[in-house]
Amino acid sequence: FIFDFFNARLHFGCSRMQMYPLEMEGNSNPKTTNKPKYSKFTQQELPACKPLLTPEIVIAAFALIGALFVPIGLASLHASRQVVELVHRYDASCVPVDDKVGFIQNSRTDKTCTVTMTVPKYMKSPIHVYYLIDGFYQNHRRYVRSRSDKQLRYKSAAHLTSDCVPEGDTADHAPIVPCGLVAWSLFNDTYTVRVNGVVTQVNKKDIAWKSDKNNKFGKNIYPSNFQKGRLIGGATLNESIPLSEQEDLIVWMRTAALPTFRKLYGRIEKDINANDNVTVVIQNNYNTYSFGGSKALVLSTASWIGGKNNFIGIAYLTIGGLCLSLAMGFLVLYMVKRRNFGDPSNLSWNR
Amino acid sequence: MKRFVYINDESYQNDYCDNQISNTKYTLWNFLPKNLWEQFRRFMNQYFLLIACLQLWSLITPVNPASTWGPLIVIFAVSATKEAWDDYNRYISDKQANEKKVWIVKNGARKHIQAQDIRVGNIVWIRENEEVPCDLVLTGTSEPQGICHVETAALDGEIDLKTRVIPTTCIGLDSEQLHKIKGVIECPIPDKDIRRFDANIRLFPPFIDNDICPLTINNTLLQSCYLRNTEWACGVAVYTGNETKLGMSRGVPEPKLTAMDAMIDKLTGAIFLFQLAVVVVLGSAGNVWKDTEARKQWYVKYDDDEPWYQILVIPLRFELLCSIMIPISIKVSLDFVKSMYAKFIDWDEEIYDQETDTPAHAANTAISEDLGQVEYILTDKTGTLTENKMIFRRCCIAGTLYGNESGDALKDIELLNAVADNSPHVIKFLTVMALCNTVIPIKSPSGTISYKAQSQDEDALVNAASNLHVVLVSKNGNNAEIHFNRRVIQYEILDILEFTSDRKRMSIVISDSQSGKIFLLSKGADEAILPLAYCGQQIKTFVDAVDKYAQLGLRTLCLGWRELSLEEYLEWSRLFKEANSALVDREWKVAEVCQKLEHTLDILGISAIEDRLQDGVPETIEILRQSGINFWMLTGDKQSTAIQIALLCNLISSEPKGQLLYINGKTEDEVARSLERVLLTMRITSSEPKELAFVVDGWALEIILTRYKEAFTELAVLSKTAICCRVTPSQKAQLVKLLKSCDYRTLAIGDGGNDVRMIQQAHIGVGISGREGLQAARAADYSIGKFRFLKRLILVHGRYSYNRTAFLSQYSFYKSLLICFIQILFSFVSGIAGTSLFNSVSLMAYNVFYTSIPVLTTVLDKDLSEKTVTQNPEILLYCQAGRLLNPSTFAGWFGRSLYHAIVVFLITIHAYANEKSEMEELSMVALSGSIWLQAFVVTLEMSSFTFLQFLAIWGNFAAFYVINLCISTIPTAGMYTIMFRLCRQPSYWITMLVSITIMFF
Repeated sequence: FIFDFFNARLHFGCSRMQMYPLEMEGNSNPKTTNKPKYSKFTQQELPACKPLLTPEIVIAAFALIGALFVPIGLASLHASRQVVELVHRYDASCVPVDDKVGFIQNSRTDKTCTVTMTVPKYMKSPIHVYYLIDGFYQNHRRYVRSRSDKQLRYKSAAHLTSDCVPEGDTADHAPIVPCGLVAWSLFNDTYTVRVNGVVTQVNKKDIAWKSDKNNKFGKNIYPSNFQKGRLIGGATLNESIPLSEQEDLIVWMRTAALPTFRKLYGRIEKDINANDNVTVVIQNNYNTYSFGGSKALVLSTASWIGGKNNFIGIAYLTIGGLCLSLAMGFLVLYMVKRRNFGDPSNLSWNR
Repeated sequence: MKRFVYINDESYQNDYCDNQISNTKYTLWNFLPKNLWEQFRRFMNQYFLLIACLQLWSLITPVNPASTWGPLIVIFAVSATKEAWDDYNRYISDKQANEKKVWIVKNGARKHIQAQDIRVGNIVWIRENEEVPCDLVLTGTSEPQGICHVETAALDGEIDLKTRVIPTTCIGLDSEQLHKIKGVIECPIPDKDIRRFDANIRLFPPFIDNDICPLTINNTLLQSCYLRNTEWACGVAVYTGNETKLGMSRGVPEPKLTAMDAMIDKLTGAIFLFQLAVVVVLGSAGNVWKDTEARKQWYVKYDDDEPWYQILVIPLRFELLCSIMIPISIKVSLDFVKSMYAKFIDWDEEIYDQETDTPAHAANTAISEDLGQVEYILTDKTGTLTENKMIFRRCCIAGTLYGNESGDALKDIELLNAVADNSPHVIKFLTVMALCNTVIPIKSPSGTISYKAQSQDEDALVNAASNLHVVLVSKNGNNAEIHFNRRVIQYEILDILEFTSDRKRMSIVISDSQSGKIFLLSKGADEAILPLAYCGQQIKTFVDAVDKYAQLGLRTLCLGWRELSLEEYLEWSRLFKEANSALVDREWKVAEVCQKLEHTLDILGISAIEDRLQDGVPETIEILRQSGINFWMLTGDKQSTAIQIALLCNLISSEPKGQLLYINGKTEDEVARSLERVLLTMRITSSEPKELAFVVDGWALEIILTRYKEAFTELAVLSKTAICCRVTPSQKAQLVKLLKSCDYRTLAIGDGGNDVRMIQQAHIGVGISGREGLQAARAADYSIGKFRFLKRLILVHGRYSYNRTAFLSQYSFYKSLLICFIQILFSFVSGIAGTSLFNSVSLMAYNVFYTSIPVLTTVLDKDLSEKTVTQNPEILLYCQAGRLLNPSTFAGWFGRSLYHAIVVFLITIHAYANEKSEMEELSMVALSGSIWLQAFVVTLEMSSFTFLQFLAIWGNFAAFYVINLCISTIPTAGMYTIMFRLCRQPSYWITMLVSITIMFF
């Protein structure tokens, strides 16, 4: 765009505006007139730039966008491809019987399950361990608002459970801390990782947002009456640890906006080489079977754009390519069938 | 229905209201309920209230109720405060008027009381330069002739002084008697006609003359007038308080709705229906999904047995979610830009008239867009197209035409010689010119005489007569004095037979004080006077002269006289008095009686007055016609003059380029045949590039409008130009109504009181604040100083207003739909349960702040320069045809919002998938995407950018980030740290960039 009219001095007379009544005041003073006072604003003459979309500018703009987007797309795609990601779905394989719901709801069955993966490429630490759930609506209206942020933060607010129904209070009206469906349904599968048979520590420290630990979850608030009801939702909490240190809970309570989501389980702070065998012992406790959802374990490194996600790269390449071809097309049209710019004979009433 | 007012009689005084004026709409107690009631009569407000109430039900509300209540209360508070402030000011000015001290007579003594305590029947005393507190019937003045002068500017806008006289029965009463006067005034019940007061008065004995004496408007002092040049005056209160003529004529005029407003209302209705459809579809889908899927989602914990109303919960949630489809901000935005358009008109230097020191003024601030959509302009001729500055140019006296060579009769040697030679015909002619009028001569201390005239024609005639040494020196009451060649001639004015637009003539009965002879002097339109010539007079030369003058575009008046015998006069005078004191149909009865006297006239001659075209009229009409606007000229003048002026100002073209079709005839059959013929010609030639216009006169028009309306409507549609001459004010209004009924946007422009009805009837009324007073300008929506400013008013102000409002209104819907569609799309991935993706603060700020402010600067947008528009006036066609705001353009914006919503949503959920799909982050990414899009859509749609637009668009953009970064520092806020996290992520910025490029496709 060319802003060429801006050299003129701006003259903004807003404060001097007045109403000019029709009635004539006395004409004793020859200077009194009803003439509106001049200012560029009142005369609608403020200097303005009028960018014209001439063929040249349009072609140049498309070419420029194309030239900008293709490299960004390539860079994003490259970054995404650098990420090494292992996804292992285990919900079906970890339940040996047909009645999967019955199996998972029965507290006496042995839910231990072992999965083995081979690492295709060298993975540099830190390696993120995620659990992936599909078909779980953390964004459901009944679910997403069923929590009490005040209660999580302030000791005196433990009784503020009105938003948490039906997991607000126990049967004898004692407030549940943390209350609500979100906390109640806390994910409770656990993973033990062995690399080439050696137990490898999965670091569960600092998996939650620092800001949440410091400001959203109180350091002096301890779980109470949690999972004591008739129905057990998900994990239980250690009542001697304050909420600000219950990082699994904090991660879980950052509700996901989409029904398919990954949440951080922990980090492996050790590199894993290509062709190493990773064996994970899973305590498969969490019920995704009754609604037909799936669960998976994800090991992934990270790059500057985050985890593996080809979408951005592909989108940029597509749009960049489209712009370049449009620029080419317009250029050809401009060369072959040129129209005089500003020719009044092209106006609809002159044709 | 009559009212009897007993003068100075306290026993009757309580029958009528006191003189407390109340212009206020509200009282302290009823303000809140009444104001709320008024505001809630609008559909939009009812809708928003319903939404706000639904939001109070926490089970269904997707967002905090404050997000609707906040803006709603603000909008209501703003309108209510404005109303309250206006009303308070009215109260204060009422209080001042009510508590003003006035002198009245009580029990025979003068007393100082507050104006509000005046009762009907009281005698009120007013001094010079005081305001009249209520409607009075004059009973006495300080002037011995019983006259006083008033300024009626506040009532009718006319700034010249008017003379008021006391009724004959009260003449000669001294101040002592005036205190004791008793009597009865019989007057009509209060009405708002400020030109008419058909009443009579009878004084009780011992007062000398206890006959019934007629009263007219000339015997009254109306409320809000000022007494001028008169030491004191007193009168009987007849109407008080809100029952005065002023009080009755007060009232809120019907608000005019522009074509655009109607379209916006229609589109709002369509969106509302769409919203209901969405609610029904998604609501049922949500219920189905809930029963089939959500019950399996154990973590949602739906109860198995629910109360019956649960089935309503999901549809109602969607109703609330979709309520933002109808933007709450549109009303406020539209009001703002409309008042800006009006201000720009007020401020415009180029339509300021240097000569009369009048700026343009938009009295109606709400209809500027209509200016750009005008299809028909109905214009008055005199004072509108012409200057209404009358100059006596030629005359024809007794068969001799004067002023032919020089074009100025006042310099014609022959005429000067004839005056010097005392040629009897010429002297009679000049005497009629000087006397037969209602002009008031005012003698300045230096001895020069100036004339105050309500009619410019009379002014021209009196001045011309005085230039030819027949000088009207003074008019005191009924005595007129004329100086002729150092001779003083005294006349007594016996009766004035006033001019009305039906009679088209006025006469005056005088008696020569020396000889005692009685004469009738008449002047009027040629067709109103010439038929009255005595048998045997040769009027051929006069008819020819009238034609000749008319072809030159001059206004002609025909002058005649007759000597009356005393008996004839006395006989007639009785009838005249009777008719004048009639309470019903007075005007008609008076006209009837006048006709009895006005016959067998001796036609003296024809005067021809020039009325020059205003500057720039032909060019203005040319350009406006090029832009596709059709012109109709409606004038009270005669056919030939009208045609001549029409030719002069490019309204019609002469042969062979153009053709005039005449519709005339005296009888119904003739008119019908004539109309049929014209219609036939129109139909045949409508394809030829020939400019056709039809001419019709008032007589034929009357027949047509009552009998052949359909044929005439067809003719009106076919004909681009028409000249209607000899039309009355009500016919003008009827023609406007006819064009309106054919769905044309009409603009009526005029300058005089006779145009007021047409101005009020038309979609847009434009008044020229001219020499005939401000009456038209006051009634009009726009007032301008000169006709040529119409070009700029329409092509520049009208066109810009239309373009700007078209963009603003559609954009308002676009941005609301965009955010709503994102919410709807999100509901498909959140179990169709009505979860809101955005939090309450963001939603509210998006609607009333982020997206409302940048677009307001559209009031500065100019798609084409003013010069380009004036050079290519055809461009107005786009506005006229409504090409920028109609269902199909709206569908375009609708599609655009859907497309943009899908793009923003898909990009967001794919770029922020997996471990990034955190609710607050994803919501902020989608919101930022929308904000980026908004900034670029507004930039793309605007054509020119002043620094204010830059500031508004990009300042708003920056403000979005600043505000959200600020909110992100509040630990208790849901979006604590979110914006900081996003700004640090490269993928956020990359996502934004890709979202906006989508806009190009």
